[in-house]
Amino acid sequence: MPIDAKIKPPLTSLLYQLADDDFILAYRGSEWLGLAPHIEEDVAFSSISQDTMGHAAMFYQLLADLGEGNVDSLAHARKTSERRNAVLLELVNGPGHYLSSAQYDWAFAVVRNYFYAQAKKIRMDSLKNSSYQPLAEVALKVNMELYYHLLHWKTWFIQLMQAGGEARTRMEAAIGRVLADFEGVLNLGPLAKEMAEHGLIDKEDVLKQRWLFIMKPVFESVKLAVSEADLAMKTGNGRIGEHTADLDDALSTLSEVYNINPAASW
Amino acid sequence: MEQDQILLKNVLEALHNVKDPEIDTISIVDLGMVEQIKVEGQSVLIKLLPTFMGCPALDIIQKNVEGELRKAGIFEKIEVQFIYHPPWTSDRVTETGRIKLKEFGIAPPPKFISETGEWHVDCPFCGSAYTTMDNLFGPTACRSILYCKSCKNPFEAMKPVSTMM
Repeated sequence: MPIDAKIKPPLTSLLYQLADDDFILAYRGSEWLGLAPHIEEDVAFSSISQDTMGHAAMFYQLLADLGEGNVDSLAHARKTSERRNAVLLELVNGPGHYLSSAQYDWAFAVVRNYFYAQAKKIRMDSLKNSSYQPLAEVALKVNMELYYHLLHWKTWFIQLMQAGGEARTRMEAAIGRVLADFEGVLNLGPLAKEMAEHGLIDKEDVLKQRWLFIMKPVFESVKLAVSEADLAMKTGNGRIGEHTADLDDALSTLSEVYNINPAASW
Repeated sequence: MEQDQILLKNVLEALHNVKDPEIDTISIVDLGMVEQIKVEGQSVLIKLLPTFMGCPALDIIQKNVEGELRKAGIFEKIEVQFIYHPPWTSDRVTETGRIKLKEFGIAPPPKFISETGEWHVDCPFCGSAYTTMDNLFGPTACRSILYCKSCKNPFEAMKPVSTMM
């Protein structure tokens, strides 16, 4: 489908953010396989990660349709500096390594995934009205699966917050860490204005206010005070290509097979 | 025109032979995955709706569709496309499909979702409504795990998915 030359930069910029966000968080989620708190969670989390990877694939496909390259190379071959995911989503699950002595932080996983799923939900609701029809159609499809993700993470969040004791302490620490970089998730990058002007997605600040508005009653129900001022971007702005060594490590691991033979069929 | 009708019927029959790779009682037609069949001379285009996007069975389904249509020996060009629009919803499963799912031991997707978002599933083995949800997520993206307190069997149910969510 031919599109207006002026729309292409903000549109591709938005798609890279959507695709890269889901891609790296799905990868971090898959690292929990076999390590989740119980077997039902293992099933649930891997299912959610699989869905999320499916969403990334759809967004990469939209980029491929716009002539940005094929889906596999978009997912695997792009360097760290070319990635547009929020930094929060690339951070390791915790100290240690997946294969040995992993000391992953479940509180961090719950908070990161819940806050992200809610932000993604707000984005998808906005994108359902996107002026770029193929994106609006994908958003509708993503939304149907996201419904279950959000339900899942919200349940964990509320239960752990209400559990008291060590759970509460660790959750509060995780919330501090997540909020310190959550501005980066809500950020739409340097072309945010153009995205809104072309009706691709709502204004960045509108989306942010919606997130705060919908989280407020949840925070109140678990006696947690969070304000807009708590949102920061401490570790860097992934939307302009700033990333951590955690992303380098993740990309070299997840692209290992692809790099052995980029022409292999998947 | 009549020729086209016969051709379409043949294609649909062939597609009925393509089963869900993990539930071999139900065809992709009864799952509601077939959105469009386009026949033009010697070529056929099948448009399919994936149930869940991350479903790893999609490649297998595509190959099986191509295989079945090749077997029919009618077409020179066979093309299979996955499209997201309209999105697949669980109410696309046909009445036959619902029976076939039950035969396999999987409860069909609940038809009605209440305003509270709660849904109820009857046991596919004994029909009891006395069931509990063990895990919203199951062995595949489209299924949940439940337990029947009447006949004491664990079972799976196809998740309800709707655009209203």
